[in-house]
Amino acid sequence: MISTSTIRVACFGGIYNNYLALEAAIRDARRRGVDAIYCLGDMGAFGPHPDRVFPLLDQHGVICLQGNYDDSIGNDLDNCQCGYTDPRDNYFAQISYDYTLANTSGANRQFLRGLPKQIRFSLGPLRVLLCHGSPRKVNEFLWESTTPTHFLNMLADQHEADVIAATHTGIKWQRDLSDGRRFVNVGVLGRPENDGQTNVWYTLLSHSPATGLNVEFVPITYDHDRLAEEMRQEKLPDEFIEAVLTGWWTTCLEILPAKERKRGQF
Amino acid sequence: MSTTAPTIALSHLDHLWFQVAGTLCNLTCHHCFISCSPKNNAFGFLSLDEVKRRLEESVALGVKEYYFTGGEPFLNPDMVPILVETLHYGPATVLTNGTVLKDEWLDTLAAAERASLYSLEFRVSIDGFSPETNDPIRGDGTFARALRGVIKLVEHGFLPIITAARTWPDEQEREVVGRFVRVLQDAGYSRPRLKILPTLRIGAEQQRTCGYDETERVTQDMMTGYDRSQLVCEHSRIVTDRGVHVCPILIESPDALLDQTLAAAGSPYTIQHGACFTCYQYGAICSNASSGFETSANLSGGQRT
Repeated sequence: MISTSTIRVACFGGIYNNYLALEAAIRDARRRGVDAIYCLGDMGAFGPHPDRVFPLLDQHGVICLQGNYDDSIGNDLDNCQCGYTDPRDNYFAQISYDYTLANTSGANRQFLRGLPKQIRFSLGPLRVLLCHGSPRKVNEFLWESTTPTHFLNMLADQHEADVIAATHTGIKWQRDLSDGRRFVNVGVLGRPENDGQTNVWYTLLSHSPATGLNVEFVPITYDHDRLAEEMRQEKLPDEFIEAVLTGWWTTCLEILPAKERKRGQF
Repeated sequence: MSTTAPTIALSHLDHLWFQVAGTLCNLTCHHCFISCSPKNNAFGFLSLDEVKRRLEESVALGVKEYYFTGGEPFLNPDMVPILVETLHYGPATVLTNGTVLKDEWLDTLAAAERASLYSLEFRVSIDGFSPETNDPIRGDGTFARALRGVIKLVEHGFLPIITAARTWPDEQEREVVGRFVRVLQDAGYSRPRLKILPTLRIGAEQQRTCGYDETERVTQDMMTGYDRSQLVCEHSRIVTDRGVHVCPILIESPDALLDQTLAAAGSPYTIQHGACFTCYQYGAICSNASSGFETSANLSGGQRT
């Protein structure tokens, strides 16, 4: 029997240890009465106190998949597999990675190790595929300005999905595809998206028989001053703290394509 | 132990290159890996119609990024309309020496990029942070001319990626890159983007240095545990006026011409050349950082020698 009611799910990307933003996003999603909450991976990185993320995921039944960071932390690898090319970016990424690895408990590492790479579910009649980078590669960057529509159509064909949702790049966007299909980058909770604002973003996917698919990007404000203070106490790099406080990226800049880079300050 | 060369299948045509200016260039760089010069017309220009036909062909194959090289692409009179057309299909990157750019072209291209969903990237080749280091390789006066080109691009709202072939010893890398950044900032490019490339000891560079010796080849054994996506031929092909070749580096090798259509040129390729060894060592040397192909080799460090 086909449902006649609206189905609504929340999709979070990249938590990056930002348990304060995660808490705020879960509260917002619950208030909106979502039917399920999904996390598209990368629980660790960047922020303080990695182990504070996991009880929240557990208590609120967040259904998680494994990002590149989770694969690395879970399997005790040497680095985060983030895909940076610039030596400066790799330097900061390694500080953050070493901190996260050292402060993630064995039980939580085991949890990360066991996560699936992809999740599929039905949103009404729509086949939804959740992945981290792309359906074909966990750390593939799908930027808005370097991802052609015909490439996304091909992914939707090959992976038999009406909606593909990913994260990994840190900046939300969406694109209409052929035959009413959609690609969505759900953004990240862990860090502002290089627009000079301190809020972060998650995404609501909903479907109703009357209006079809709806994608809503939801801004989340949280106590970013407290996060910055805790990052200072944990001796995390000033460059990361600046990004939390200003909303401008100070690292990971070399991986940005021209259009996305121009929108930032650095 | 196997010493035979491995054969690499194309996993997916992510990057489609165009040898859009053939081998014609206004400069004669001593390290050019395909011996481009003002007199080398071994490969010809690609017309706007030819590029349009290939762009259409590329849609069904799900191509992700388009790259344009030469020679000097902007010697091709169709170059500006070619880039404008490409931005209807996907992101475009053009590799230029920056010495022939005109304001009216950049006005048109800036407007085309603003109207497009996609990024237009300029990669400008400069091989040293001063005339003393750059000009012996690229020609007298080329440092100043290329730097003027960079600033012209910045003034038109672009953020060019400066590419430099590593013609300095490895231990000087940090200092050279640091000085490069300062020179660009002093010239007016406040947030320079840099891409450092290994030299390829073929073409003119073979004369400048020593070429490859016969032990510098990729073998089957070397592929154990190696991430094949680091190899350009695993995810790229290039169109010239002769057909479709395996990669932008090897167009002068007869065995690199694979077929006449993009679909047919997806056949596997045996990586038997010295340049394949450099590609293997450094990984994804041709793509932009935003494409993420440099990941494994750069981070693991295991494959770099």
